[in-house]
Amino acid sequence: MKQTISVLVENRAGVLGRITSLFSRRAFNIDSLAVGVTDDPAISRITIIVDSGNSVVEQVEKQLNKLVEVIKVRTLEESSMIGRELMLIKVSANNRTREPIMTICQICGARVTDLSPTSMTMELTDTPDRVNAFEEMMRSFHILEVARTGMIALQKGGGKI
Amino acid sequence: MEMTGARILVEGLLREQVEQVFGYAGATICPLADVLRETPQLGYTLVRNEQNAGHMASGYARVTGKTGVCIVTSGPGATNLLTGIATAYMDSIPLVAVTGQVPSNLLGRDIFQEVDITGAATAFTKHSYLVKDAAELPRVVREAFHIASTGRPGPVLIDIPIDIQQQIVRDPVFPEEVRIRGYNPSVRGNDKQIDHVAEAIRKAERPVICAGGGVFLSRAMPDLETFAARTRIPVVTTMMGLSLLPTDHPLNMGMIGTHGNVCANKALAKSDLLIMIGTRAADRAIFSPEEIQRRMPSIHIDVDPAEIGKNIQTEIPLVGDVGTILRQILSRDLDTRCAPWLAALQERRRQELERNYPVRAGSVSPGRLMRLLGERLDPDAAICVDVGQNQIWACKHLWLQGGRFLTSGGLGTMGYALPAGVGVKVAQPRRQTLVICGDGSFQMSMNELAAVRAAGMDLKILVIQNGVLGLVHQIQETPPYHGPYGVDLAGSPDFEAIAAAYGIPSITVEEEDQVEPALSRFLSARGSCLLIARVDPAATTGD
Repeated sequence: MKQTISVLVENRAGVLGRITSLFSRRAFNIDSLAVGVTDDPAISRITIIVDSGNSVVEQVEKQLNKLVEVIKVRTLEESSMIGRELMLIKVSANNRTREPIMTICQICGARVTDLSPTSMTMELTDTPDRVNAFEEMMRSFHILEVARTGMIALQKGGGKI
Repeated sequence: MEMTGARILVEGLLREQVEQVFGYAGATICPLADVLRETPQLGYTLVRNEQNAGHMASGYARVTGKTGVCIVTSGPGATNLLTGIATAYMDSIPLVAVTGQVPSNLLGRDIFQEVDITGAATAFTKHSYLVKDAAELPRVVREAFHIASTGRPGPVLIDIPIDIQQQIVRDPVFPEEVRIRGYNPSVRGNDKQIDHVAEAIRKAERPVICAGGGVFLSRAMPDLETFAARTRIPVVTTMMGLSLLPTDHPLNMGMIGTHGNVCANKALAKSDLLIMIGTRAADRAIFSPEEIQRRMPSIHIDVDPAEIGKNIQTEIPLVGDVGTILRQILSRDLDTRCAPWLAALQERRRQELERNYPVRAGSVSPGRLMRLLGERLDPDAAICVDVGQNQIWACKHLWLQGGRFLTSGGLGTMGYALPAGVGVKVAQPRRQTLVICGDGSFQMSMNELAAVRAAGMDLKILVIQNGVLGLVHQIQETPPYHGPYGVDLAGSPDFEAIAAAYGIPSITVEEEDQVEPALSRFLSARGSCLLIARVDPAATTGD
């Protein structure tokens, strides 16, 4: 089961290494991990997606809490969070395919960010599922390159972690 | 006032009441050495391999309750120390390890004796610092000692590039308080949970306390004894909990686990309430946690919330300092109904302790040797035990009148006992201190006899010699394996000659009937003495 762990940490060198080591020593793969500074420049938020059972995530959450530089840890419920991912995708394009690609972009809400006689690059921000769906649609046009950020997430409503 | 980084560090150590450090010299730690040579109030013990600086600091920390300090150089000095750090981490021993590092502007260039030691030690340090500005050192040292010694103790690493040791800081500020927003270990137990615990204890007919090394770490030995005495609940211990109660204490049922006592394991298996105190219930103590949690409810008291539910599920978790929580529980009504259960166990335990150790012809029987040795030790003796068959024999048979039993329970590091014994002696020169090794583990750290000799210590060292790595030999003799390989200690030196080379007298005992006079001579020897006991290589831990 995919689980989303949101971690607030001190914005310092070495913190990310300590966090990922907790996963690697248990031989857990991290599906995605996104780091960025928060409104307080001394604090970063790390959003980690793992595909594991509840007991595993509970143990990892406790181990994360033990790290001196970790300020808060919360596993976010699917139903009570907003999660978004950014994808940049470059596909082959010519005069014949440019229009069908544009149609799919319009349907999915993607923006064209770069254009060349032989390629098109789009950006899409959405839930990971929809980003997947868009990528799937682009497959028939021959994908040249993809870059995805991994999901970032906040909980819904006025509360904060 | 201007101070160099090295001077700030030493000033920080003095402010933390450090009296002794264990270390090894090297180029990148020279600025610090230069300050240490002008600081005679800080004792310094030179090891012969950096790993043993960690073990000495561990022995020192465990008997004093203070944080042990070791100081080594960069590169191989730091990597040699890693096993010492990992050993302390697994047993939750408070250490501050200081490593020299190459100049900060050359970090990452793979220059001479550079290694990423904070990176290498990530998985087994409680926290680490790579110091980039000497002005941060007063805070770093203060935090390092705070983190190492509070909550669940553990090793903290401070890696200091040589130029930072030399950097001059104007008017450094030494903080009194530590403020780390991500680090607030619990001390008091939740009062509601304490009520639940008291209620469960009142209801139980066959409760058992399982006490581990966490009780020592919290310095809660008297609280544990009071708690057991008030409730009349029998106590079993893990290996790390040995010597919490004397062997023949009326409430002590012995050590649990694969290598434990029958009575203790029976008590655990038959109980209807398991009260775990300061133990992680690792595999050697509780082989089948699923079985235990299926059979009986449990209470788990630990300062580390991550231990709750890690190895064993529990009904009543209680997070906080063991001593504080025991005192909280003691303030509740604790009328128990487990007297018949205790009486039955005591009878069983009495039979176990009355076990006869017959004098057999031939080589020394390790069980009898341990039994006789324990009976002859001072009541407050510190006993440092290595890893292997010698550890199991000591756990099973050594009669403890109290004192302190120290071993590498978590990581199982061979070669721990001798340097740990040196650490004990540095802390408490008058305390009778015994080191027990096998001939395998002794050879892992016998170079530290130099530290024994240099300080003119009175350290009694027992080497059980059977010419084989006995415990692995035992495993290899058991299916699915097909026989011994790589465990014959051929080429071992003459240990009497080794001891003599360090100016230490020795006694060799080869026959069972010589054991008692040999022990008398060994223990009454003035100064250090090595006792070599020849044991049949076929003797197993089951004997």
